[in-house]
Amino acid sequence: MSTHIPRVDFGRRVLVLRRRRIAVRLQWRSVVVCALLAVAVAGTAVLALMTGSYPLSPGQVLSALTGRDTGIVHDIVVEWRLPRVAAALVFGAALGVSGAVFQSLLRNPLADPGIIGFSQGSYTGALIVILVVNGTYVQLVGGALLGGMATAVAVYVLAHRRGVQGFRLIIVGIGVSAMLGSLNTWLILKADLDQAMSAAAWGAGSLNGVSWEQVVIGGACIAVLLLLAGMLSRPMRQMELGDDAAASQGVRVSPARLALILVGVALTATVTAASGPIAFISLVAPQIGRRLARTAGTTLAPAAFVGALLCLASDYLAQHVAPTPLPVGIVTVVLGGGYLGYLLFTEARRRL
Amino acid sequence: MTALALRQDGPGTETVPGPRRRLLGLVVALVVLVVLLVLSVMIGSTAIAPSVVWDALFRSSAGIDQFAIRDFRLPRTIVGLVVGVALGLSGALIQALTRNPLADPGILGVNAGASFAVTVAVGLLGVRDAQGYMWFAFAGALIVTLLVLALGSTRQGSSPVVIVLTGVCVGAVLGGAREALQLTNPDAFDAMRYWNAGSIVGRPLEVVWPILPFFAVALILAFAVSGPLNALALGDELAVAQGVRLVRTRVLAVIALTLLAGGATAIAGPIAFVGLMVPHVARWIVGPHQRWIFAYSILLAPSLLLVSDILGRIVMRPSEIPVGIVTAFVGAPVLVALVRRKKASGL
Repeated sequence: MSTHIPRVDFGRRVLVLRRRRIAVRLQWRSVVVCALLAVAVAGTAVLALMTGSYPLSPGQVLSALTGRDTGIVHDIVVEWRLPRVAAALVFGAALGVSGAVFQSLLRNPLADPGIIGFSQGSYTGALIVILVVNGTYVQLVGGALLGGMATAVAVYVLAHRRGVQGFRLIIVGIGVSAMLGSLNTWLILKADLDQAMSAAAWGAGSLNGVSWEQVVIGGACIAVLLLLAGMLSRPMRQMELGDDAAASQGVRVSPARLALILVGVALTATVTAASGPIAFISLVAPQIGRRLARTAGTTLAPAAFVGALLCLASDYLAQHVAPTPLPVGIVTVVLGGGYLGYLLFTEARRRL
Repeated sequence: MTALALRQDGPGTETVPGPRRRLLGLVVALVVLVVLLVLSVMIGSTAIAPSVVWDALFRSSAGIDQFAIRDFRLPRTIVGLVVGVALGLSGALIQALTRNPLADPGILGVNAGASFAVTVAVGLLGVRDAQGYMWFAFAGALIVTLLVLALGSTRQGSSPVVIVLTGVCVGAVLGGAREALQLTNPDAFDAMRYWNAGSIVGRPLEVVWPILPFFAVALILAFAVSGPLNALALGDELAVAQGVRLVRTRVLAVIALTLLAGGATAIAGPIAFVGLMVPHVARWIVGPHQRWIFAYSILLAPSLLLVSDILGRIVMRPSEIPVGIVTAFVGAPVLVALVRRKKASGL
């Protein structure tokens, strides 16, 4: 903290970190909330590592993680359970940030990457691979990514007319998504029941069969993308004030918007490639994060932590608590939706 | 709050047609709808000559064609008309109410409630016939919408943002439960994938008549609140300043749209997109005036539904594509073309 700069009253307690040329201004409440969420994430992760058909104690888990234990326990924890836990954590954070970017960009609390057609497009691609080509898992992932990206590009191009304006993007996204949604319903309808059910299970999003390889590659991509998102967060917040206001503050609106869309879609795409479309985290995590941190606009860090916690907890419930193992996407919907509903409910009561 | 009102270009920046042109457009829309009604009766896996159609409708004459018309095509056309009107009007209501262009009638949990109820009926209670589904769907839609309203509102009424988000949440929770049930119960999955497609085929008129009184009530309510809804578009404070009673307006509008969307979903299954798209188009034609938007939506929505249904019959003849799948393919290109051509209006 330096003293010669006049203190500004932001209306809430603010933490300023300065190191040479870089200064970061953080809100105390956000920092505390993120720290608490991180603790919750770590606790849930340890719990998930302990639970399974071979139960372990917290001590065993920790010693396996630190490498002091190298026997069967090490194999169970590091080789079998850790990839899944790491995947849930990283992918959840990615989805949370992706949703926050879109909600901020389109200034609409209902927006998520699905708005640009990515989700429906990737499901269409996957369905075609499963039902028509009858392809392998790699082909499935390729089909999903291809479908999602092609749809996102199509929506962007169709919405482009002397620049892309948020509202037009939403409407075009609705139209294209609806068409693909219909196509998906039709494909499911025409398929035989077994294939249709396995396609629907993929479509629900599942962390079954996530390997270290996927976690490392996906995690690296996501780390880079999160960094980019962090760098773009300033223009993003300024654009929440409106295109003109942002431009007058020196933000180059069109390139910034394109970059944010690319980052948001790429985050979702990475997750979809590894685990299928895990629904709803991108919609609900920014909302929950924003309400917990009580920030004025959409903020990325709380969204990321809430996303990670939500995904991790959902996967735990899907695997160990549900009577039959379920795809994680089904539980995220129930858990996230339920919790956001509770927050809204208490918020509404408080305002009485 | 401000996040929802997606108005980058202020309203009123485009030229709004005068009353005479609005009325002319309405007449044109009505003529188009009547033509489509006639075509819907004539066109099918076998085309039937107009004279035979006339005979079948207004004279008692026996024969295969007459039978096909009276027992299949006519009911189907009537169902399409009724469902279309309900979907269009409910879409216009929800968008006016929430001031959100992303809002569709399903957003308050109507579709989620209906599909959850049907899944439970099929998967757990073993109901198998479509008429059985219908009442489950209707009840599910009404109950869930009431639940959403109860959760999302305070004593002073509630902001549309909270109601919409609550609807999304409740819908998601029910959707997850439904999906879990479906993925573990192949029977339910199989039944639901057909119900989910949305269709107006094979709905006997006897199951449609009981819903009509609900629709009539909703129609009256909708036009009764159209004036206050105009004021609401300016924001809550300005609306109150103009003497609008917020809570009453919202409650009446929600009752109307729940009856409409719930009834339509009960009859035909979830037909997405009609309720979302048609009000946008209506708004672009007539400008921000709810009563006209309602009137146009009532005529345009069944037209979209009937065009889609007719196309679904002839594209893959002799087999058919359910109308719920075709609507988006017919409507989306129109929507995209319009939003590119017109200056998009946020409300």
